[in-house]
Amino acid sequence: MEDNGKLPPPMRRSGHAPLSARGEPYVWLLGGALAAGVVMIVSFLALVTYNGVKAFWPRPVYTITMMDDSVTAGELVRSETFMPVASQGKPPAGPSIRSLYRLGNYDLTNEDFRWVSDMDIKTIAAPEDILLVERLEWGPFIGKLVSVDNGDSRLAPDPLTHDKLAHLVTQAQQRRHKIRKLQKVQVGYVNRQLEEARLSLRKVALDHGKDSQEYLAAAKETSITTDRLEGEYAKLAEEANRLDLLDAAQTITFASVSGMEKTIRQSEVVRLYKPNALGFFGKVGVYISRWWEFLVAEPREANTEGGVMPAIFGTFVMTVMMALLVAPFGVVAALYLREYARQSWLVSLVRVSVNNMAGVPSIVYGIFGLGFFAYGMGGWIDQWLYAERLPSPTFGSGGVLWASLTLALLTAPVVIVATEEALSAVPQSAREGSLACGASKWQTIRYIVLPRALPGIMTGLILAMARGAGEVAPLMLVGVVKLAPELPVDMIFPYIHLERSFMCLGFHIYDVGFQSRNAEAGKPMVFMTTLLLMSVVAALNAGAIIVRNRLKKRYVAGHF
Amino acid sequence: MNDNALNHLHVEPTIHHEMKGDEGSLVTMKGFSLWYGASQALFDVEMELEKGLVTALIGPSGCGKSTLLRSYNRMNDLIDGLRVEGSIIFDGQEIFHPDVDVIGLRKRMGMVFQKPNPFPMSIAENVAYPLKVDGVRDRKLIADTVERALKSSALWDEVKDRLNQSALGLSGGQQQRLCIARAIAADPDVLLMDEPCSALDPVATAKIEELIDELSGRYTIVIVTHNMQQAARVSHNTAFMYLGRLVEYGETSAMFTVPRADRTKEYVTGRFG
Ligand SMILES: Nc1ncnc2c1ncn2[C@@H]1O[C@H](COP(=O)(O)OP(=O)(O)OP(=O)(O)O)[C@@H](O)[C@H]1O
Ligand SMILES: [Mg+2]
Repeated sequence: MEDNGKLPPPMRRSGHAPLSARGEPYVWLLGGALAAGVVMIVSFLALVTYNGVKAFWPRPVYTITMMDDSVTAGELVRSETFMPVASQGKPPAGPSIRSLYRLGNYDLTNEDFRWVSDMDIKTIAAPEDILLVERLEWGPFIGKLVSVDNGDSRLAPDPLTHDKLAHLVTQAQQRRHKIRKLQKVQVGYVNRQLEEARLSLRKVALDHGKDSQEYLAAAKETSITTDRLEGEYAKLAEEANRLDLLDAAQTITFASVSGMEKTIRQSEVVRLYKPNALGFFGKVGVYISRWWEFLVAEPREANTEGGVMPAIFGTFVMTVMMALLVAPFGVVAALYLREYARQSWLVSLVRVSVNNMAGVPSIVYGIFGLGFFAYGMGGWIDQWLYAERLPSPTFGSGGVLWASLTLALLTAPVVIVATEEALSAVPQSAREGSLACGASKWQTIRYIVLPRALPGIMTGLILAMARGAGEVAPLMLVGVVKLAPELPVDMIFPYIHLERSFMCLGFHIYDVGFQSRNAEAGKPMVFMTTLLLMSVVAALNAGAIIVRNRLKKRYVAGHF
Repeated sequence: MNDNALNHLHVEPTIHHEMKGDEGSLVTMKGFSLWYGASQALFDVEMELEKGLVTALIGPSGCGKSTLLRSYNRMNDLIDGLRVEGSIIFDGQEIFHPDVDVIGLRKRMGMVFQKPNPFPMSIAENVAYPLKVDGVRDRKLIADTVERALKSSALWDEVKDRLNQSALGLSGGQQQRLCIARAIAADPDVLLMDEPCSALDPVATAKIEELIDELSGRYTIVIVTHNMQQAARVSHNTAFMYLGRLVEYGETSAMFTVPRADRTKEYVTGRFG
């Protein structure tokens, strides 16, 4: 080679690898897909947040004179551009604007919302003195104050300042609460005692037969109690009646812009304000008061107005009970699988099955819960403990206990898998250190393994809670209702009523958004409830992260 | 059994030197063999641990030192598919007898691991762990035990002001001494140490060697080490293992000055391993 002085040229490798050898295109593709997904999720969250946050902000009210000289007034909901259909004779017009107004006064006009196109408007104004009245029934009323009747005196609108009116309304609301309390709590209490007396008599009849001595004695006693209670009942009912008559005499009369009058009780007014006269702080006041009502009051008008307190409370009780049920079960199952069971094919099979359980459609759990828990176990409990109430079921239909159990079953895989992972992440050296000190297997698990696995277990549990709180489909079968008359926890013995049906946020969204008479009227409620549910779930997830980091710092820090 | 017998045909039996002590043996291993599943890790080991003395286990990596050490306190029980033959007699008791209480056995044999493994608790709780396991509630007794154990492991002066702080905040060497304190807190008879200094710097190593020196006499100590100088410094007796067999065993000075087996000679002079 050297003697002919011709060295072969050094092999050159191209600086550019062929496309197939480079990872960048795939990185870009995957990154782009991820970015698209994230953008979609974030914009959805932003949409819900935006709509939820602005839903309670007072909007301006306009009076509109149409081309045909009819007058209406309404709250501006939103506007959009559209293409008017060309009518015969006229040339096709260009794009135009139309707006959706909430007219209110549903009881007078049978029309709640109306699209008004700009072309049909003759004049439009925003008068300062127009009133928006939120009522217990029939949605809002938009119009002017005509008079106030206090039973004995009649007041014209002129001397009435807004403050005085607000004061009257507050008083009327207190009256309403008082009557309601009388009816619901006190009369309800007497009713319940009457029912209990009847049931205990029935129980004696079932236990001993109708001709027995015991039955006769009990019947006598029951009739005495019943008489006493009925007396009490009559007295309370009379009192309630009297208050109601007084309340009915105190009325307030409004007129719509087209001159139709409407008289309602003062106590039926929930909130009243002059939307066009409100300054910024006035608007903030209305906004806060609506939020407050949303969080602490009961729903009205088929759930489309009022608050969601029972749904919040129901979701809370259900989720907490679910956590209390699933935590011990899931942790014990995972402990057995990971620490005690001999690792055989059977254990692998169980593990695979548990993992797959997470993929079973949740409605299937609902059906199982209804069939097994409610009808099966509940029916058995009814026959055993509540025979006197049959055929109306006590535990034998959906209730908060069965709902929690169903959800516990549904979320058990999450907890089991998370716990197993946490357990297997505990280093062998820690276990050996404990065993070498003479600790038993259980002591090692109790003192060393479980504390170290706790962050992982807690994370799994909180994720399970977040999942359970947002669940709807199975709950519809095992105890969630549109409107629950009573909360699952109250001040009446035994305080926690496991058999009661309840409301929850997820179902509330579905119900208000898709099952109500007037979808447009329910819209703010849907956004608000969605926002609330998302916040609850986000708070739970944030809690999971904080708990995990805290515990991690405590148990896994250190250096070598 | 047949395999085993055949194996013996090819191996020299263990060369036993004169032993150092005169107190007699505390633990006696007889014809001890061990299998991990199908593969045999220990072959017919005959070895005595002399009471109150330090025994060093040396040999190339993978020769079965840890396996042998973990057989004494039956730590190998945790491994699936493990099988043993032969016997280990501790204080007159066969430790593989079905009636033997393994937990009780481990309480009498403290163990220190190659990598310090303090528990994620406070320093005091770490040392008191064996007492906690025993159900001891007496605070005074616990405090005294913690102090005594920490003093014995030469850690007391460094940690006495922060007994309630996390043990994970200690340095590696301190952690290892903490583990020694934990191992001697329950006052065992035997202390098993598997390469206790392999993760430590020379200063910490020197401290632990000093400590072993002080502890000998009170405890019967077995120490696995790869460091010949260390074995020579701290031990009274030395066992050389090779490929699962105990090749030569006896007084440390004899093992290092006049090794009889070629393998031993090569290993202690650093020509292989
Ligand atoms: N759990 C186990 N399962 C199967 N084989 C094992 C197991 N533990 C150890 N062995 C095998 O047993 C033999 C002895 O291992 P051992 O850990 O006792 O060696 P060693 O002398 O301690 O080595 P080193 O000095 O590297 O720590 C090795 O061949 C190893 O592969
Ligand atoms: Mg080893």
